[in-house]
Amino acid sequence: MVIKLDLELDAMAITGESHSQFHVLAVDDSVIDRKLIERLLKTSSYQVTAVDSGSKALKFLGLHEEDDHSNPDTVPSVSPNDHQEVEVNLIITDYCMPGMTGYDLLKKVKESSSLRNIPVVIMSSENVPSRITRCLEEGAEEFFLKPVRLADLNRLKPHMMKSKIKNEKQGDQEKLEKSEIQSEQQKQPPSQPQPQPESQPQPQQSPLLQQPNNNKRKTMEEGLSPDRTRRRYNGITTMV
Amino acid sequence: MLGWGVDRLRADMSRLLAILFHQGVLDEQFLQLQQLQDESSPNFVSECKTDGYCDCRLDREFSDYKKMGIHLNQFMGSSSSIGANRVRNVCVAFRAASEQNNRAGCLRALELLEHEYCYLKNKLHELFQMEQQRVLAAGARYPLQQH
Repeated sequence: MVIKLDLELDAMAITGESHSQFHVLAVDDSVIDRKLIERLLKTSSYQVTAVDSGSKALKFLGLHEEDDHSNPDTVPSVSPNDHQEVEVNLIITDYCMPGMTGYDLLKKVKESSSLRNIPVVIMSSENVPSRITRCLEEGAEEFFLKPVRLADLNRLKPHMMKSKIKNEKQGDQEKLEKSEIQSEQQKQPPSQPQPQPESQPQPQQSPLLQQPNNNKRKTMEEGLSPDRTRRRYNGITTMV
Repeated sequence: MLGWGVDRLRADMSRLLAILFHQGVLDEQFLQLQQLQDESSPNFVSECKTDGYCDCRLDREFSDYKKMGIHLNQFMGSSSSIGANRVRNVCVAFRAASEQNNRAGCLRALELLEHEYCYLKNKLHELFQMEQQRVLAAGARYPLQQH
């Protein structure tokens, strides 16, 4: 896979496993955590690209921060149809990063017309309910507490499948539109979500509060599943 | 004879690990790390240890508590990621002291942190050496096991 991007990426690993269907972009400023998430993802048979900052992540995705969407004269640096040389099926990012936080990155992705369909997962070493709510409301699919375990990654696949199906539908629709551009046939109903900040892919445009799936709230509720009892600061009082 | 060496090494490693778990120096996250290690990435755990675990240069003057807090957070996160339980706990206390601008508390925490970190580093080094020896010994053993 040849990627023609002019970047200086310290820790970028692209696997060439052609049998892996899904490509995950991992973002974390910590060397260890980046290594860990990369290993976890590869063990789960995903292709992985790991970068150490939000701005590098955006560059990799083809979105440049200097873009001013409100200025019509600016040549957009990403055009949805032909820039996707690298298809990213999921972004998993640390929350606490210098410069652009994971939350900032999430916002930028969801504000971008070309990237908003990509599911985003946030990781954090701190269990802060308000932080979690904020991220989920901004469109994050999941919020993982660190250290992330292999079992956590099982929750990623449904999100990636949904977005892949959607991309394929969108791709088909675009091909169809191109081929029918001269005809007077009616357009197919749009298969992509409405242009709202809402990232829920389901036809129901219900706000986040109404999710049937409560799994993503796992860190908010007290009752974590038994095999994930998290003794964060487990009462060993080190007196100083 | 070689087989006996491999088994002995394995037993020694298990014993050391058990001690470290019992002491709370390591927690289950370390086991997770070990499980992620395989033929394709045999040095994963040691890489985690060396590649930036202690990037944190703590300012002994404690002139900038906020900056210290940031470093501590990072260090705490890394510790947690590799299963360095006791180190992480000291970081928690250290962070609390720094948030209160408690200089004496910070000094004590720093001493404790250095002690815990040193101990952990030495033990991990021991473990990895044993592992390497085990791999070598196991490699030498294969020609004898032609089934």
